[in-house]
This record gives sequence, structure tokens and C-alpha cells, in this order.
Amino acid sequence: MTGFFDIPSDLQHSWTGLIGLHMREALLPVAAGLLLALPIAQLCGRFRWLYPPVLGMTTVLYAVPSLAFFVVLIDYTGQTELTVMIPLALYSLVVLVPAIVDGVRSVPDETLAAATAMGFGPVRRYLQVQLPIAAPAIIAGLRVATASSISLVSVGALIGNQGALGNLLAAAQKYDRPELAVNAVVTMAVLAILCDVLLVGLRMLLTPWMPRGGTRPKPAARRAEITPEGAVR
Amino acid sequence: MNVLNFVNAFFSDSAHWHGYDGIPQRFWEHLQYSLLALAVAAAIGLPVGLLTGHTGRGGNALAFVANAARALPSFGLLVLAVLLIGFGLLPVMIPLVVLAVPPILVTTYEAVRSVDPAPVDAARGMGMHESRILFQVEVPVALPLILSGLRSAAIQIVSTATIAAYVSLGGLGRYIIDGLYQRDYEKVVGGATLVAVLALLTLAVFWAAGRLAVSPGVRRR
Repeated sequence: MTGFFDIPSDLQHSWTGLIGLHMREALLPVAAGLLLALPIAQLCGRFRWLYPPVLGMTTVLYAVPSLAFFVVLIDYTGQTELTVMIPLALYSLVVLVPAIVDGVRSVPDETLAAATAMGFGPVRRYLQVQLPIAAPAIIAGLRVATASSISLVSVGALIGNQGALGNLLAAAQKYDRPELAVNAVVTMAVLAILCDVLLVGLRMLLTPWMPRGGTRPKPAARRAEITPEGAVR
Repeated sequence: MNVLNFVNAFFSDSAHWHGYDGIPQRFWEHLQYSLLALAVAAAIGLPVGLLTGHTGRGGNALAFVANAARALPSFGLLVLAVLLIGFGLLPVMIPLVVLAVPPILVTTYEAVRSVDPAPVDAARGMGMHESRILFQVEVPVALPLILSGLRSAAIQIVSTATIAAYVSLGGLGRYIIDGLYQRDYEKVVGGATLVAVLALLTLAVFWAAGRLAVSPGVRRR
């Protein structure tokens, strides 16, 4: 396995440069998805009839292969990072909306009543009571979205040079150097696991009242972890 | 030109309905890859999930394996498998199975674990054999969740099986990849629509399976 880190010069990036690019292309969409998902989930919580159609629509969106999304977007946004990031933001949205709705719904009515009785307005109640209690479920959704996002960026290699570490896969084929493909797969897997660990750490920080260690998360969080329509594609 | 025009143009062109590159043929190929991958993934995920769920042991190891598998990029695995094994069906099946095993495994485990312990204890008290407890008490109650794990795996497989075309196999991905290289967006959009339709059909099949297989007593809850 010589030349494991000998990145062909046509990629115009060093290995660490590719990692930085990959993380940016993967994580910005997740952040955008979260920002969009919070108000949508809030609307779905307020107007219950809205939730089933939103869920149905997001399932269909999720079934559209990422490559098709990229190709169709080329017409509008060109062969740029944006073309890769828009579909990834949509996929994150799809995973996050049900996770947040489930999480916010899992807040007991008595807790909400207690907050109201203490004089919390709706905004403060949302920010200081509902969101913190829903945090485990939201982070479970974020874990799935992040892992899938990191994996899907590599498909961007097919629409030109926009796959970050995925470009390494294309180079591995072009120059017949399997070690580059090993490098890409291992690096992406390690990045995904690192992000996962960071998110678990974040959950522990945000929910100091929850027992640590080998304990099982709340049912709502668990459901969000296992049943969002799919994870990595 | 908007997307709907593309869809209309694609489906009204009769050249897309015949021959080895026709919609029926590609649809059938896609279905074959998806079913094969789902069958292999279920053959791995279901027994392990049922067993660990029934005994309640190995849950942490299971979560670790599922998380690790989730971290593996499908497209990267595909390219790697092709470079190491060569072209064929096997390098396509590897990423699809790796993709589908975690949801099946974890959901099945959680489903069996979360069965109300009272009926399980009652069954054990009546002298039922462990295997009968699993298949006659736990599985029927856990079935809706188990099916939801299979469904979510199936949808991911259907959507990801498009990558088979990247390594020169058939399936609906053929339209997307060919359309990309021929700058024929009509083909790309048509292929994507077909994949979405197949995913919706998958949802419908699982909904029907749930209606048929899940006992009314469980469904009502």
C-alpha cells in the first residue's frame, strides 16, 4: 500500500484539504436542514392535520436518488458545491422533521401546564422547556442525518469534481489505485464516527439530568434513532 | 423547461417502452436487485435481531455494529468492491446489504425487546418452549415495528440500487447515469420518477403486508 496519501494533483487538494472540504459540504446542509426543520416541525405540532401530508411528501423526496437530484440541479446551480448541498439539506430535513415532532410531542402535558402556570410565554416555553426535553430525539435525528450526509457527499464526484473525498474514489478508478479508494472509504467512515461521538457528547452536555453510561435513551429518542425513513444511502 | 415537461416527454416517448433499455425491462432489473439485497439483508438482520432481542443480550454490541455500518459510505464501498472484485452483481450487493442490515437489525432488536413482558412471562409459565415464545408471542406483537424496519431498509435499497448502473449493470439507475453523460435531462428526471414510484409501491406493499399479517388485536393499539 504505497502512496496511500499520494493524492493525484488533479484533485487540487491535499488529503487534509479534502477532509475540510468534505466536512463543509456535509455539515452545512445538516445545519441548514435543522434550521428549516425546527419551524416546520413547530407548524406540524401546532396544526396536527399538517403532519401526515408533510410526512408523505418527505418520504417521496427521500426516495429520489441523490444523483438524480444533483443532475437536475446542475441546470440551475451549475457544477458547484451548492448543487451537492441543496439535496443533502433536503435529506436532512426529511430525517429531522419527524425526529423533532416526535421529540416535542413526547413532552408530557403536565410539564407544559406547569411551565404555563409559572408564567412562561409560548416562546420561552418552547425554548426552555420543549426543546431541551426534545433534545435527545433531535440529536438522534442529527446523528442519522450527519452520517448519511457524510456518505452522500461522495456521490457528488459523479457530476464533475464536487465529491470532496468522493473525488478520491473517481481518481482510484481512473489511475487504477485501489489504495486511494480504501483511503476514501476509511476516512469517510472515521469522520462519520467522530461526528457521531461528538453528537453523543453534545447530548450528554445538553441533558445533564439523564443517566449516563450504558443506559437506554427515552422511547421517543429511540424511535427517532431507528425509524426515520432510512439512514445512509 | 420544467421538471414536469421532462417527465411528460420521457413517458410519452414510445422508444422508452420497448427493448433491453425499455422501462419494463429496467424496472424489472431494479426490482430484482432490490429484492435480492433485501432478502440477503433480512437473512442476516432478522435472525440476529430476533435472537438478541429475545435473550436481551448484546444490545450494545449491536448498536455499535449498526452505527459502524451506517458510517460506511455506500458509493465508496461500491467503487472499492469493483476495484477489488471486478464487475458483476456481487460488488453491487455488498453496499446494498451493508446499507440495509443496520435498520433491520436494530429495529428488530428493539421491537422484540419492547414487547410487554407480562404475556411473555405468562407464556413461559404455561410451559411454552423458548422458540414458541419467540415465534408465537413476541414476534406477532413486535411485527408492526419489525415491518417498519424492513420497510425503511427496502426504501433505502430501492433508492440506492441506482448505483448499480454506475458499474455497468442495469436497473433504473441506467437512465440517470446515461442521461447524465448524454446531457439528456429528460432521461434523468424520468429515471428518478420511476425510482420514486417504485419506492411508493414498496410503501404500499408494506402497508398491505401490515394489514394482512398483523393481528387485529395488535393493530388496534
